[in-house]
Amino acid sequence: MKERLPFWLLLGTLTVSGLGLALARHHTLGIPWHPGQTESVWLVEARIDFIAVGGPITAELRIPDRSPGFQLVNEWTASPGYGFSVRPEAEARIAEWSIREAVGPQRLYYRALVRPDPSGSPAPTPENSGHGYWEPPAATAADNLIHAAHRQSSNPTSFVRHLALSLLPPAAGEDARLLLADQAPVFVLKDLLSRAGISARIAWGLNLAENRRGQSLRPVIEVWLNQQWTIFDPASSFGSPDETFLLWHRGEHAGLDLQGGARSQVNFAMTRQARSAVHLNMAAAKAPMLSFMGLHYLSVEEQAIFQLLLLLPIGALIVVIARIFVGLRTAGTFMPILIAMAFVQADLLAGLLSFLAIVGLGLGLRGYLSKLNLLLVARLASLLVLVVLLITGLSLIGHRMGFQPGLTMTVFPMIIIAWTIERMSIVWEEQGALEVLVQGLGSLLVAIPAWFAMSAPLVRHLSFSFPELNLVLLAGILLAGRYTGYRLLELLRFRDFIPNRHPP
Amino acid sequence: MNPGRHCLNRRLNKHGVLGLNRRNLSFINRHNPRSRLPLVDDKCQTKQLAGEHGIPTPGLQHVIQTHHDIRHLNERLKAFPGFAAKPARGGGGRGILIVHRTETGAFADSAGNLLPLAMLQHHFSNTLAGLYSLSGTPDAVILEDLVEADDAIAPFSYEGIPDIRILVFRGYPVMAMLRLTTRASRGKANLHQGAIGVGIDLGNGSALQAIHNNSRITRHPDTGASLEDLQIPHWQQMLELAARCHDMTGLGYLGADLVLDRKRGPLLLELNARPGLSIQLACGQGLQPRLRIVDDHRGPPETPAARVQRSRALFSTSTVA
Repeated sequence: MKERLPFWLLLGTLTVSGLGLALARHHTLGIPWHPGQTESVWLVEARIDFIAVGGPITAELRIPDRSPGFQLVNEWTASPGYGFSVRPEAEARIAEWSIREAVGPQRLYYRALVRPDPSGSPAPTPENSGHGYWEPPAATAADNLIHAAHRQSSNPTSFVRHLALSLLPPAAGEDARLLLADQAPVFVLKDLLSRAGISARIAWGLNLAENRRGQSLRPVIEVWLNQQWTIFDPASSFGSPDETFLLWHRGEHAGLDLQGGARSQVNFAMTRQARSAVHLNMAAAKAPMLSFMGLHYLSVEEQAIFQLLLLLPIGALIVVIARIFVGLRTAGTFMPILIAMAFVQADLLAGLLSFLAIVGLGLGLRGYLSKLNLLLVARLASLLVLVVLLITGLSLIGHRMGFQPGLTMTVFPMIIIAWTIERMSIVWEEQGALEVLVQGLGSLLVAIPAWFAMSAPLVRHLSFSFPELNLVLLAGILLAGRYTGYRLLELLRFRDFIPNRHPP
Repeated sequence: MNPGRHCLNRRLNKHGVLGLNRRNLSFINRHNPRSRLPLVDDKCQTKQLAGEHGIPTPGLQHVIQTHHDIRHLNERLKAFPGFAAKPARGGGGRGILIVHRTETGAFADSAGNLLPLAMLQHHFSNTLAGLYSLSGTPDAVILEDLVEADDAIAPFSYEGIPDIRILVFRGYPVMAMLRLTTRASRGKANLHQGAIGVGIDLGNGSALQAIHNNSRITRHPDTGASLEDLQIPHWQQMLELAARCHDMTGLGYLGADLVLDRKRGPLLLELNARPGLSIQLACGQGLQPRLRIVDDHRGPPETPAARVQRSRALFSTSTVA
């Protein structure tokens, strides 16, 4: 019993501190236990990177102003050392950062919380958007298109639609191609419309999707029709934009004005927030030090990473349960967690099928490679290369045929798949195909409940908002490590045990 | 399923069947110091240690350490009579190649199929690269003399060498099993791959019962020999050899794989620091009661011979305890 006292003390300390900290943060900061309604409030972050040459810096970024379909809940910046202000202008709002002196790589953040609001926002009235000017023969081509669209339409709205469609394949003829030689369809359309006497302007925005990073703004066109502005989105063949489209700013201007720096880049990241997290984000905006234990004051990119990372302990617990209590055999200790993580980033069924297909094909390739007389390392490396080519090929084919890829082929799942195939190949060579099946099935059987646990909204909320609960999880895993009873599958294995004679 | 499972759980507990969790936690972790495991995981070290302690092992012909060696082995291999090629750090019988010589001087396996030299070199190359080693690290190849099974056991096996696994706890043999090869096991003495496990009475070396693929049998499926008549000769010697392995390695929970060679008698094949639990199925006995008796035993440390005497007296099933 003596050697067990420190162990129970450790368990007790972990559990008490984990729960205690969670309770404390729940009461002082008001973080709820339950994620509540998954109202889709979006946290959108613009990250400005540039190199300061030394000397004063002024950076101006156009920020959302009455975006249709959304309501701005809150906005703030996280750029220590810089003076920050927002000033409204004629057709935009400008966020301005300034500092007396800076040198070297700089990074500025602008964050906005937006909520979808179909009631819309009052739109600013049109201003004179200029007149599209072309030299002949371009001018002739433009007029041809305008007249053709005019003939085929019955009202301004359908006129705009036909004109827009005439710029896109398959309808794009010689006239269209001439005009498109220098500019993208959006800009050409704007010039055509103003030539035809319809007020139109370019606007920039982006589609909001879960955990996207490194996004850029793209242009759409706003047309003044029937006393209101209507957006035509080139991404949907100049139809209405998707409801996830957030209009960032209006005007042909690209968005960032920088003095005192060079090589500037603006990248956008976004993540969906539960309603409860909104409070946290706003609190973090006001007083970062107060929410010290929380992860909400990190940048959106880091938050997105941590949201995924903090699911790993749950997966570890599932693996522990599966191996110690059930007795499943897996290929490697943490393979099931990685597989589950790859599924978390995609739809389960599609991800599972893609995974099985790629691993199956990979193992087939392995069979061929083993016929060539190669050193083991070369064999495995060539397998990796072939698998990467295979995945690339399949993605291209799938894209061509219009399928959505089952697994978003980011780097992370690619590595996991390559590693899975390597491990499985070794198991195949060492122990035969049956063992591959057993271990593979075991890994999947563990990965699926792990995926299930990792996708549950309550689990995701708790793991991210109360990271200290992982201490309790740790205590649970330590406790499981002391289990000396039978494994479930062992009972199956020993079920035919009939004692020979009375034991001594 | 639940009430059934509970009954099974209770029944296994009553008979003291050892499960993997308890084996790992209470026995392997507690009695096998990690620093000593390399002595047992690496066959080269085991052989060297055995030589120093006077424990007989199959003769060592050569050790291949580098790929360079493989190429130069070409000429030397042609001079070897026949050998068993084993990965030095392999486990579970993986990567073991038994190579005989035909009259014409070519290489062949136990079934008589010819083995081209290129294939042997490919196999050695894979082994060196760590294909069969327990952690995938680079490995060496050991070439040993072939073993010929003693006449008392050979008729019971089919195309392979039967071995005797003796479980030794703190220097006391606690349970023993004979593993016979079958056609299904392709010459391998691995129960999971279709070999037969014959429980051996610790007292006198006679067969208790036999299992094959989790069911009881009385005759060998390939040779037809009646397994009940099995009796292992030189039993005291074998037990003492196993007991001495504890003194040699310092491991408390040990599986000793021995073989009875026709010419040289009992030989140590390899040692296992994580012996499996099928020995309980083969003998029809749970390990826990015996392990507990050994654990509870207090007294001055005994010589291997004395320990073997005590084990034979305590754990014999032919005499009612």
